[in-house]
Amino acid sequence: MSDDHDHHDGHDDHELRVSKIRSGTVIDHVRGGQALNVLAILGIDGSDGEEVSVGMNVPSDRLARKDIVKVEGRELSQDEVDVLSLIAPDASINIVREYEVVEKHRVERPDVVEGVLSCPNAECITTGGEPVTSQFEVLDDGVRCSYCDTIVREEIASLIDT
Amino acid sequence: MRHDHLITSKQLSRADIETVLDRAAEIDADPAAVADRHANAVLGLLFFEPSTRTKMSFETAMKRLGGTVIDMGSVESSSVTKGETLADTVRVIEGYADALVLRHPRQGSATMANELVDVPLLNAGDGAGHHPTQTLLDLYTIRENAGLDDLTIGIMGDLKYGRTVHSLAHALTNFDAHQHFISPESLQLPREVVYDLHQADDGVRVREHDSLEEILPSLDVLYVTRIQRERFPDENEYQKIAGEYQIDLETLEDASDELTVMHPLPRVDEISPEIDETDHAAYFEQAHNGVPVRMALLDLLLSENGGDHDE
Repeated sequence: MSDDHDHHDGHDDHELRVSKIRSGTVIDHVRGGQALNVLAILGIDGSDGEEVSVGMNVPSDRLARKDIVKVEGRELSQDEVDVLSLIAPDASINIVREYEVVEKHRVERPDVVEGVLSCPNAECITTGGEPVTSQFEVLDDGVRCSYCDTIVREEIASLIDT
Repeated sequence: MRHDHLITSKQLSRADIETVLDRAAEIDADPAAVADRHANAVLGLLFFEPSTRTKMSFETAMKRLGGTVIDMGSVESSSVTKGETLADTVRVIEGYADALVLRHPRQGSATMANELVDVPLLNAGDGAGHHPTQTLLDLYTIRENAGLDDLTIGIMGDLKYGRTVHSLAHALTNFDAHQHFISPESLQLPREVVYDLHQADDGVRVREHDSLEEILPSLDVLYVTRIQRERFPDENEYQKIAGEYQIDLETLEDASDELTVMHPLPRVDEISPEIDETDHAAYFEQAHNGVPVRMALLDLLLSENGGDHDE
């Protein structure tokens, strides 16, 4: 179970920072500093009234520092989980119902992500006011625009289309 | 290759290329035999950037197959000035034409347009991206002059923005070709293209250089492109390197007598006119080959898609 959702792992003091949720999703083991990008990639900005808790740079057994995102009342789909792999490859996803973790997934890298990232190439057709959804092929070490071929290996989070 | 579009040379296998080149050779030998082959076909020309050779050779090719051409004209005289998107333009014009030829300044434009139309679509240049029909006529010219296997080719000039170079480099990975890329550091091949070449050819037969001198004697073909002065923010930087990427008879003293010199044209000063009259020069032949190669391509695409005279 999540070392932040479970009260039996010796990190109770950290639990005080991010409360347990009744039903929804806990995204755990996000790399430190990436929590807000996780919310951006999921299109969660609070404007729909979602109850969201975020812990940033908390101590972790597996990562030196990690972020945690808890979304009350929403269970992430596999597609949503997969796109998280671009910025949070170590993340684990816990689906919570009535305070119990009922499902636990690791993210998997998808072959393609659509409508999530903006191409950094200003000459790409996807940046030119056309009715086209951005699409990136996921490489072992980055992503590649399916339209203009541009490869991005670093700072992928900066491409998130918010 | 799905025989209903041509967006990038990456989609072409060796067999696809040979099918087009063989058909072009047949047409070249007897153009009268195909004079009425697509008498009812209409080709739509959508050129959002200036073009002379590509546009006129497509127009000539379609007319020599018996078909007709419709042309949206210059961007200034089209609905683009009213704010119409490319997506809408191609969806409208596909209703008028049996096939479309698209040139557009943005990379990936042909990929997007192809997703929206049902008629065959040919990419005639998408920004600094690809120009696959130019590649087919380049390959036809190389095959005629030097052969496509056991080939050592030097590709020199503006490799960064040169879409003809990107397409040719991809296509040559289908053949036993050693590719040498010669450019100033600031105009090297895009890393995306290098990535693809290494994926296709494990990098063994692709090399990059900043000078022609050391590899010139080994070349069968030298493919020259224009170093684009307007790409340099500092004129002095351009002047420093420009002379190193111009060729004249003196430059070619160490070249093989059999060296074929090519250029997609237009040239400015990168190939001295004194080379025009030598056996090295193949660039005007290369431009002329645009017609039979584009006739072959249109014939294959239109026949595949319910054209007039399927054999």
